Amino acid sequence: MKLNPGVRAVAGGLPVVGLALAEVVVFSLFLTGVSLIGIGIGVLLVPVLAAAVRATADASRGMARKWGGVEIASPYPPEPAFSPGLKGRWEHTQWILSDPATWRDLTWMLINPLAGVTLALLPVTLVVGGLGGVLMPLIYEPISDNGGNWYLWVEITDLSSAWYASALGVLTVVGGLLVAPAAQRWYAGLAGTFLAPTRTAERMRHLTETRTDAVNTSAAELRRIERDLHDGAQARLVALGMNLSVAERLLAKDPEAVRNILADTRKASAAALTELRDLVRGIHPPVLADRGLADAVRALALDSPLDVTVNADLPGRAEAPVESAMYFAVAESLTNAAKHASPTHVTIDLWYEDGVLRGQIADDGNGGADPSRGTGLRGIERRLAAFDGVLAVHSKAGAGTTLTMELPCELS
Amino acid sequence: MRAVLAEDLFLLRDGLVRLLESYDIEVVTAVDNGPALLRALVEEKPDVAVVDVRLPPSFTDEGLRAALEARRQVPGLPVLVLSQYVEQLYARELLADGSGGIGYLLKDRVFDPDEFIDAVRRVAGGGTALDPEVVSRLFAKDVHREGPLSRLTPREKEVLSLMAEGRSNAAIAERLVITERAVIKHTSNVFAKLDLPPSEADNRRVLAVLAYLR
Repeated sequence: MKLNPGVRAVAGGLPVVGLALAEVVVFSLFLTGVSLIGIGIGVLLVPVLAAAVRATADASRGMARKWGGVEIASPYPPEPAFSPGLKGRWEHTQWILSDPATWRDLTWMLINPLAGVTLALLPVTLVVGGLGGVLMPLIYEPISDNGGNWYLWVEITDLSSAWYASALGVLTVVGGLLVAPAAQRWYAGLAGTFLAPTRTAERMRHLTETRTDAVNTSAAELRRIERDLHDGAQARLVALGMNLSVAERLLAKDPEAVRNILADTRKASAAALTELRDLVRGIHPPVLADRGLADAVRALALDSPLDVTVNADLPGRAEAPVESAMYFAVAESLTNAAKHASPTHVTIDLWYEDGVLRGQIADDGNGGADPSRGTGLRGIERRLAAFDGVLAVHSKAGAGTTLTMELPCELS
Repeated sequence: MRAVLAEDLFLLRDGLVRLLESYDIEVVTAVDNGPALLRALVEEKPDVAVVDVRLPPSFTDEGLRAALEARRQVPGLPVLVLSQYVEQLYARELLADGSGGIGYLLKDRVFDPDEFIDAVRRVAGGGTALDPEVVSRLFAKDVHREGPLSRLTPREKEVLSLMAEGRSNAAIAERLVITERAVIKHTSNVFAKLDLPPSEADNRRVLAVLAYLR
C-alpha cells in the first residue's frame, strides 16, 4: 500500500476551498454586471469582470494541474481588435457573452464550490477526523467524565471503547489517504469537463493558426516571385529592348557592331528563359503537373546530389494542393539532408493508408535534427499543417534522421 | 529528309516548319495534339519527329508519351523531343530502350539554327542529342559524391560532356579547336579512367557514358 502520494494528495486539495470562495464572489459580481447592461453601466463592468472570471478559471486550471496533475489548455480565442470608446466596450461585452467558454466558466464556478470543495475536503476530513479517533485513548477521560460522546457509532465511556474508537480512527485515516488520489483524479476530470476547450473551440484555434500561417507563407511566396520577376526576367527584357533599339540605330552605320549586339541579345534572352524556368520549377514543378507525386519525387531524387532510393505505392492522385504540399515537404527534407546530414544513402517512401498520404525520408547521416531549432523543419511542419498534416522527427545524434509526414486526403 | 512536327503554339509551329524547310527538311505533317501525333508517326513513319513535350488535350507530357508509344510500335523511330524544361527522369525514359535515334533538348536551342539542325540530323541518323543541361546535371551528381569524374582533367571532362551530348569525334574536335587525333586520345583516356569498354560507334559510346553516370 502506497501512502506517500496519499499524504501529499490530502493537503494539496485545501487551496480549492479558497478558490471556491473567490469563485462565488466573482460569479455573483459577473451576474450583477450582466444584469446592469440594461441601464448601461454593465457594458463598462462586463469586460472587467470577464477578465476576473477568466483569471479565476485559470486559477482553477492551475489547481487541476498542480493537484490533479492534468494539463487543461486555455479555451479562449484570441481577442479581436475592438473599436475605441464606448462602442468598443459594447463589442467587447458582446464578444464575451457570445463566447461559450464564458458560460462554461460560470457553470464551473457553481459546481466547484459544491463538488470541487467536497472532493478536496473529503480526504482532509477523513484524515483529521481519523487522527482524533486514534488519539482517543489519550483524551477519553474528560469526554467520558462529561457523560460520554459519540465517535462515529462508538459511545466513548471508558478506556476500552476509546481503544475501539482508536482502531476505527486508524481505518479512517488510511481510508482518507487512499481516497485522496481518487479525489484528485475526479477533481481533474470534473475541471476538464468544464474548463478545457471544446473540440469545436480547439478546432477553431487550430484552423485560425494554420490559416494565418498559410496566408503569411503564400504572401511571402508571392513577394519572392514578384521580386524574382522584377530583378530577373523583367529587367532582362528591358535590356533586350534597349539593345535592339541600339542595333536598329547602328544598322546602317556599323553592321559589325550590330552583329555583336544581336549575339549578346540572344544570350540575354536565353538567360531570361533559364530564370523563368527556375522560377516555374519553384512554383509548380512540371513533372508534378505532368505525372503526379510519385514521378515528381523520382525526378527530385535524380536531381539530388545524394544517392536516393524512391519507393512509391500510390493507387491514385491527391488534390493538386495536397500533392504540392507533400512534394515541397519532401524536397525541403532532401535539401536539408544534403546540407546538414551528409548521408551516404537516403530512402524515400510514399504510400497511402487509411485515408492518409504518408511520406517518409530516412537518411543514414549525422542525425541530431531538432524540430524546435531548425527553421527548415518548422517550415515543413507549417506547410503540412495547412492541410491538417503532421510531421514526426526521429533523429538521434550519429544515428541518422527519419522524417515521417502525414496528410489526410482522398485519392482519385 | 521527311519530318513530322508536333507543337501546339501556332507561332512556334510555323517558325519551326520554316526553319526545317529552309534546311531542306520536308515537314510532311505538322500536328498540335498528342493523339494526332501518335497517328501521324505510326502512319507516316518519318525520318525524324520533332515533338514538344507538353501538348493538348491534357497539357501534360502528352508529346513525350505519344513519342514513346510510337517508338514501341515503330522500333527505332527517330524522335527529337523539345521542352521548356529538361528532366533527367524523361531523358532516361527516352533512352531506356537503348536503340538510339533520340534527342532531348531545351526549346531555346532552336535559337541557334545550325546547332539545332545538326541535332535533328544526328537524331535522324540514329544518333543522340542530349541537352547540355541534362549532361551537366548528371555530372553534378558524380562531382558531389567525389566519384571517378574527379580524376579527369578539365579537358577530358569537356570531351566527356560533348560525348554525352551525342557528338561525333569530328564535331568535338571542331568545337574544342583541336585535332581529331587529340580527341581520340582524350576519349581513350576517359574510357580507361572510368573503366569503360572502348567503343567507336557514337551511339553506343553515348549509352555507355550515360549508363555510367546514372
